[in-house]
Amino acid sequence: MKIIYRDKEWELKGRWRVQDAIKEIGLLPQTVLAVRDGKLLTGDVILEEDDEVKLVAVISGG
Amino acid sequence: MKCRKCSRQAVINMRQHKLALCEAHYPEWFVLQVQRAIEKYHMFGPHDRVLVAVSGGKDSLTLWDVLLRLGYQAEGLYIDLGIGREDGEPGGYSTLSREKVERFAAQWPGVRFTVVDLWAEYGETLPEIAGRVQRGRGKPCSVCGLIKRHVMNRIAREGHYTVLATGHNLDDEAATLFGNLLHWQTGYIARQAPVLPASEDGFVRKVKPLCRLYERETAAYALVSGIDYIYDECPYAVGATSLHHKELLNRLEEESPGAKLQFYLGFLRAREAGFFCEQSEMVALHPCTNCGQPTSAPGLCAFCRLWKPKQEPADDRP
Ligand code: SF4
Ligand SMILES: [Zn+2]
Ligand SMILES: [Zn+2]
Repeated sequence: MKIIYRDKEWELKGRWRVQDAIKEIGLLPQTVLAVRDGKLLTGDVILEEDDEVKLVAVISGG
Repeated sequence: MKCRKCSRQAVINMRQHKLALCEAHYPEWFVLQVQRAIEKYHMFGPHDRVLVAVSGGKDSLTLWDVLLRLGYQAEGLYIDLGIGREDGEPGGYSTLSREKVERFAAQWPGVRFTVVDLWAEYGETLPEIAGRVQRGRGKPCSVCGLIKRHVMNRIAREGHYTVLATGHNLDDEAATLFGNLLHWQTGYIARQAPVLPASEDGFVRKVKPLCRLYERETAAYALVSGIDYIYDECPYAVGATSLHHKELLNRLEEESPGAKLQFYLGFLRAREAGFFCEQSEMVALHPCTNCGQPTSAPGLCAFCRLWKPKQEPADDRP
């Protein structure tokens, strides 16, 4: 599946749980929200090979 | 994962509450949490006129949205700092965030919304001021905080608002607390609270209705509710210590769900029990000789001193 975060993209092979995919690309699951087809996903959702997921950073501030 | 209330597919799982909710029940829950915080800390009531400081980010727009949904008299204030304008290009950070706020406000016709444009009103943008004053050395954030506090209080007073509400979430509060504890800044720690009462000498009452909600939850509320906010950070936020502290707290949260919540709520309980009483030696405040807002400095307040060389900053522009 394809994972998009800020201006970066990752391709992961096979099926992944959302939270595992987030960890795999080196992020903390608590710090992003996963969106597929405009819908928010919980961490246990299984992503299929051809899914495209956008990660939205939740941390802001200065 | 299923929604606790209706068993439809959940959109968020809040591990610290052991609670998963769907698209319909999540916003309902969120709004209720805000209402409870407003009541618990006696923030304000239906007769108060609330000025909401909005930046265009997820937290402040979420706050404004929720307060309007709850039926409060909540009106917006956006301060255009002119960040990004100095390159002469429209579309800088301030322009983009202002557009988000204007678009949100347009959905609530009849709800008043004030814009203070620093450049138009005082003749300089934040980066310009920060570039020439001692306080702005390195980063404009200290000057920015000073300007925002001043302008918010000024607009609240001029507009006869009874309360000023900001979108600080639990992560903001926990990171601030953590930073202050690292340096044992007891004065700041004593003054960190969901409500700061109005002072007799002219500071308006300040409240933080989102202070018990995680940053992740305000982002999820904004997404589920279709609130169009600015994703990009202020360019000066890069490398901020508070971001580093948030990161540390989130690592802790990852391993022990609820750690941030306990850290902050435990502090509030300790505070209520009197562990952190404010130093009794009250600093005497008096009105600034230029703007009339309270200050401890003799003569001009710190804000007016920023503009000192010009004396009458607003009026001498063509
Ligand atoms: S990051 Fe600094 S300059 Fe930017 S809005 Fe925040 S305080 Fe102001
Ligand atoms: Zn439900
Ligand atoms: Zn002044």
